[in-house]
Amino acid sequence: MSDPRANDLSTYSLRLGDDALIAAQRTAEWIAAAPQLEEDVALGNIGLDQLGQARSLLQYAGTVEGAGRSEDDLAYFRDEREFLNLQLCELPNGDFAQTIAKLLYFATYQHLLYEELRGGTDETLAGVAGKAVKEVAYHVDHATQWVLRLGDGTDESHRRMQAGLDAMWPYTAELFASDELVQRLDVAVDPSTLEEEWLRRVNQVIDESTCERPTSAYQHSGGRDGRHTEHFGYLLAELQHVARSHPGASW
Amino acid sequence: MTEGAKRAPIEPLWEVFVRSRRGLSHVHVGSLHAPDATMALRNARDVYTRRQEGVSIWVVPATDITASSPDEKDEFFDPAADKVYRHPTFYQVPEGVEHL
Amino acid sequence: MLGVMDSFQATIDADGRIEPRDAMPEGYRKTLIRQIAQHAHSEIIGMQPEGNWISRAPSLRRKAILMAKVQDEAGHGLYLYAAAETLGVDRADLLDLLHAGKQKYSSIFNYPTLTWADIGAIGWLVDGAAIVNQVPLCRCSYGPYARAMVRVCKEESFHQRQGFEILHTLCNGTPAQKEMAQDALNRWWWPSLMMFGPPDASSTHSEQSMAWGIKRHSNDELRQRFVDMTVPQADVLGIRVPDDELTYDEATGRYSFTQPDFAELYEVVKGNGPCNQERLAHRVKAHEDGAWVREAAAAYAEKQAKKMQGSAA
Repeated sequence: MSDPRANDLSTYSLRLGDDALIAAQRTAEWIAAAPQLEEDVALGNIGLDQLGQARSLLQYAGTVEGAGRSEDDLAYFRDEREFLNLQLCELPNGDFAQTIAKLLYFATYQHLLYEELRGGTDETLAGVAGKAVKEVAYHVDHATQWVLRLGDGTDESHRRMQAGLDAMWPYTAELFASDELVQRLDVAVDPSTLEEEWLRRVNQVIDESTCERPTSAYQHSGGRDGRHTEHFGYLLAELQHVARSHPGASW
Repeated sequence: MTEGAKRAPIEPLWEVFVRSRRGLSHVHVGSLHAPDATMALRNARDVYTRRQEGVSIWVVPATDITASSPDEKDEFFDPAADKVYRHPTFYQVPEGVEHL
Repeated sequence: MLGVMDSFQATIDADGRIEPRDAMPEGYRKTLIRQIAQHAHSEIIGMQPEGNWISRAPSLRRKAILMAKVQDEAGHGLYLYAAAETLGVDRADLLDLLHAGKQKYSSIFNYPTLTWADIGAIGWLVDGAAIVNQVPLCRCSYGPYARAMVRVCKEESFHQRQGFEILHTLCNGTPAQKEMAQDALNRWWWPSLMMFGPPDASSTHSEQSMAWGIKRHSNDELRQRFVDMTVPQADVLGIRVPDDELTYDEATGRYSFTQPDFAELYEVVKGNGPCNQERLAHRVKAHEDGAWVREAAAAYAEKQAKKMQGSAA
């Protein structure tokens, strides 16, 4: 690919698409394992929303790239170092509180991001964001409802909610890391511009839940450069193994 | 239940009513369990409107519904049976009369 | 004046519907609770053999379809538990009975899903058999059950089609894919036939259930209907039903086929199937792991209610 702007746009779509794909893969792990039947259904809806966003974004990344790669080529036939998702998305679910903390952080970020993208000049990204913004608003609400209930429920749930918020916190700085690509690409949203509002919204929920705002000296990074956690290889192996066992097959 | 068995507190049962589109009444579609009204509404959205079945939802605690008793069925509903004059088809309209 | 049970029988005889607060024989109530609970349990245990393939689905489109399908099954379990609850039982108690092994679920879900083709086979055969079983239940004499089944059947039809489509794609794919499809049919055919229950001659609950309008057709009748429906579909796929005795009778338009090994069915029902332990253990673990979440939600609701009372006073 010779057009540097197309290269940037494809990479940018891939970043957002990988976030959604890997988040969906983790969310789906809850199906048939949720604390109550109603929650199986709710998390199923959230996972399906995330997967839908991933498909649109990966497809767009492939189209812009112009090398004929489909959403499935991109999802199933790239290796660990080629995935550009945030590390937050790939982290194991942990207990329900940790999953909810992860969802609160991620969905709030996605919501702010899609709100910006929705009004952007790239028609496809604006279209995907316009649909997704309603979906993730619901994810934020779902996470919020649970943070409040777990935070201000029993002693055990309060302890677990706090632990979940704390454990996921060191993976949140990465959400807002700016780099040359997002500064260069006119249709991209520089995520550093979202941080203040994100903090305000997330803190509001945490305060209301009677939990403490997490702090952390160390913050992880590397996802956007394809450097992931040790958990990621396993996730990818599971996601890809059938497709890779039958190269060229249709499903 | 065996006595002393450890169990979570019972989650209340909610009855769910969905308006399928504007202009229609809310109709009972089923029930579900939820700890409170806020979650009941959200659960209802996820469980009963996955296929765009609704534009508006009501949830009501099942225990708050007062129902007529089947034992009173006769005195409740039979008296309506002989009041055919309540129905428009009871009346004969001469042929050729329109808009009536 | 007519006795209450006379009015029950009169409603049944007139093919009417019994509603929750109507008087009903204790046996009718118990039979329904057992059957609806077993049905609900089957939906939620059934989430496992397919759910464990969501992470491995070989395309994103298939992944989305499978997620939606398994999610539907949770929904179906939910509708059915709600129907059972109209008979005066609590869902939490029914789940306890399932977890304690005191209520059953469909034995089909005690078989393992070994390859991606099994997801196709489950949709096509298992959901196909379920639909044959379930469509008559939309006319079941108990209103809430019948209404739940109308909703379930509407949603199930997509399940069967997506299963067939998976196999159709495999059968028109690489030789390895086609072999995978045949292997899945070989393994799922017999358990699918068992889904209709024991032969009529040895079915314990059938007769009374028929008289009560809970059951509309006999086990053997439904099994025959399933075979007649499914064999031509296998021909379209180009894979072979693993029954050497299978023959088509021109005169009746029906297939004669080998009965499944019912001794195996009884063993699996008793708990001696390939996945009985795992399925139940997984379910119990999810339930126990979720206990603190449910407790927290209840505690929060109580706190909020107290706050409301406080501010109202």
